[in-house]
Amino acid sequence: MAKADTKLFNRASQVVLVRNEDRTVLTMANDFRGDPTEFAIVIPVPTFLTKEQIHVGDRALIDHLDAYSAPRLVEYFDPDPCARPMPLAAPKAAGVAAESAMLESRARSLGVTVEARYTVGEYDILILSAKESAGLETWLRGNGYRIPPGAARVLESYIKQNLRFFVAKVNLKEQARLGFSFLRPIQVAYESKKFMLPIRLGMVNADGPQELFLYALTRRGRVETTNYRTVKLPSDVEIPLFVKEKFADFYRALFSEQVRREAMSAVFLEYAWDMGWCDPCAAEPLSREELRRLGVFWLDDSNPAAGGGQEVFLSRLHMRYDGRHFPEDLVLQETADRTNFQGRYILQHAYAGTLTCEANEYREELGRRRDRDAKTLSSLTGWKIEDVRRNMGVALSPAANRKWYEKLRNR
Amino acid sequence: MILERLARHDPRLYQIGALASLLLYGMAFLGFDVSPARVVLLIGAALAVQLACSRLFGFRSVEVRSALISALSLCLLLRTNSALLAAVAAFVTIASKFVLRWNGKHVFNPTNFGLVAMMLLTDRVWVSPGQWGSASFFAFSIACAGILVVRRAARSDVTLAFLGFYALLVLARSLALGEPLVIPLHRLESGALLLFSFFMISDPKTTPDSRAGRILFALLVAGGAAFVQLRLFRTNGLIWSLAALSLFVPVIDLVLRGRRYRWEAPADGALPFPKGVRHEAIPGCSAARARVPASLPPRAPVLRVLRGEGGHEAL
Repeated sequence: MAKADTKLFNRASQVVLVRNEDRTVLTMANDFRGDPTEFAIVIPVPTFLTKEQIHVGDRALIDHLDAYSAPRLVEYFDPDPCARPMPLAAPKAAGVAAESAMLESRARSLGVTVEARYTVGEYDILILSAKESAGLETWLRGNGYRIPPGAARVLESYIKQNLRFFVAKVNLKEQARLGFSFLRPIQVAYESKKFMLPIRLGMVNADGPQELFLYALTRRGRVETTNYRTVKLPSDVEIPLFVKEKFADFYRALFSEQVRREAMSAVFLEYAWDMGWCDPCAAEPLSREELRRLGVFWLDDSNPAAGGGQEVFLSRLHMRYDGRHFPEDLVLQETADRTNFQGRYILQHAYAGTLTCEANEYREELGRRRDRDAKTLSSLTGWKIEDVRRNMGVALSPAANRKWYEKLRNR
Repeated sequence: MILERLARHDPRLYQIGALASLLLYGMAFLGFDVSPARVVLLIGAALAVQLACSRLFGFRSVEVRSALISALSLCLLLRTNSALLAAVAAFVTIASKFVLRWNGKHVFNPTNFGLVAMMLLTDRVWVSPGQWGSASFFAFSIACAGILVVRRAARSDVTLAFLGFYALLVLARSLALGEPLVIPLHRLESGALLLFSFFMISDPKTTPDSRAGRILFALLVAGGAAFVQLRLFRTNGLIWSLAALSLFVPVIDLVLRGRRYRWEAPADGALPFPKGVRHEAIPGCSAARARVPASLPPRAPVLRVLRGEGGHEAL
């Protein structure tokens, strides 16, 4: 069974944002696969960060969150049309989801202040503040951070808003000692009134659109963007059975088609659910321990919620963005909406047993259903209807293939 | 022109049409988080409360149009999972018009008060400023332009002044921060901002009576909204700012005096704008006011327009 998780998308960043009141824990992972010496990130942060506020996270937690919230397929099986009415078959979830003094004096001359310097896990981290953007850009480049040209312009507005810069490089010695072959996510905790996610730096000179998955873990309800539309991904629709074998392709095509329809200017909601449960489950909900490690700080052991509400609500937002369509950083708000939502796609199997009666009505209905499913799939993904039909095999009823004018005669 | 004839009758009819169209558009194309059942509930509750309050406070007629405008506005703005809270919001909205009065005017724009009161009372309601997106901006602009025509520039002063001040603040901040121009433009290209400017802040029943007062009010609300959004980093700055500053309207009216606003054209229909009778009666002044038309020479139409005739009800 194909997975439908975030690994399908190129250059996808994944961010887990835990927030309650003004407290925020941000875990950032990206799919950087190159030479670790070339890895560098610069993130504007609203406050100074002490070493205790920075941790190295666990990739597996984000993967679990991804699997739990990924779009899912559910399969239902038609009952024997010839049998007497029986209780409906229970839905079965198909698994888815699938050098130092010199450095500082040089910094000062450029108006850059190295406020702190930490080594956390495999990362060398600096907290910088700056007086002007050109100086910061020069400093970053001089110190081996690959900053694209034009970044100064974006940096400037952050500097004027008194943001600090969280700058990280890979410490190769530490990385070798720790023995990780991939880069682990970085987690920062801070307190700020600003509920936003800076995306502008990442878009400077990016070649083509980028992909972002934002998992927001909050206490009250669903998270949405206030300066862009948040749109629900189409869900709860019946699609042809062959999609089971290519669910990953389906999810990718579905997302691209929806992005196209919204003129690439919306953020998509893919999942919104109380962390306590799921139905059907693409993966088990995260345990309290896992949630705590992701930064959920309000879970109280003395009062574990009995069955049901976990006091943690997950919103999974997915966006494809570039500078033209998303000129501003994302501004977010937590709503009181606790309505459950998931990307859920239905496969309805025809009755596979031997028919003991004519079941003409059932056969006709099957034909109509296949036709309907083909059209739904074509419209959701932008796949050509002929291709969809071909993929569905010859199973199409002749009636569905006939043109409307052919149906006028010899019914 | 249809719009002008409509305006002569009662500009609120256009307003009801515009709000209903925006709601249908939002529900059909933008996936607004409001079900048809919720719309029926909000409208039904608002009308029922309007009827009950009119009887209770001894009004001879029931202002169905005003209640409908408030209800449609709630449909566009108020979001909650609870039908009960939606009904409470409708009650608070309409009741505020009857209860929170000062010197014959209601203090708060009803929908504005309903939203703010509900957001303060419970953490189970919210407003989604991002629901319009920027693609709907054009359609939105047309609906808003219609309002200007219907009002024939009267009481558009507060809308235009507010938009001007707010745009200046947003642009100035972006320039100061060195942000590219697309950022402030994206912030201004907002359906929520237009809805607020054309349908909420412009409520002639709650804005100051004098033009100078209204322009001062627009400036204060724009400043307040920018403060909430850019300093406090809270969403819905427009709504919070308007509610807070509405409290100062009586003070502005005291300092900058002007003439009071009234809705419908007179029943005789002989003159579209008979002078002196279009303003809400101030208790104790009716005798003096009745003499005014006779004692004054006819004024030029342009002056009448400037005095604020033809108008609309805000959200």
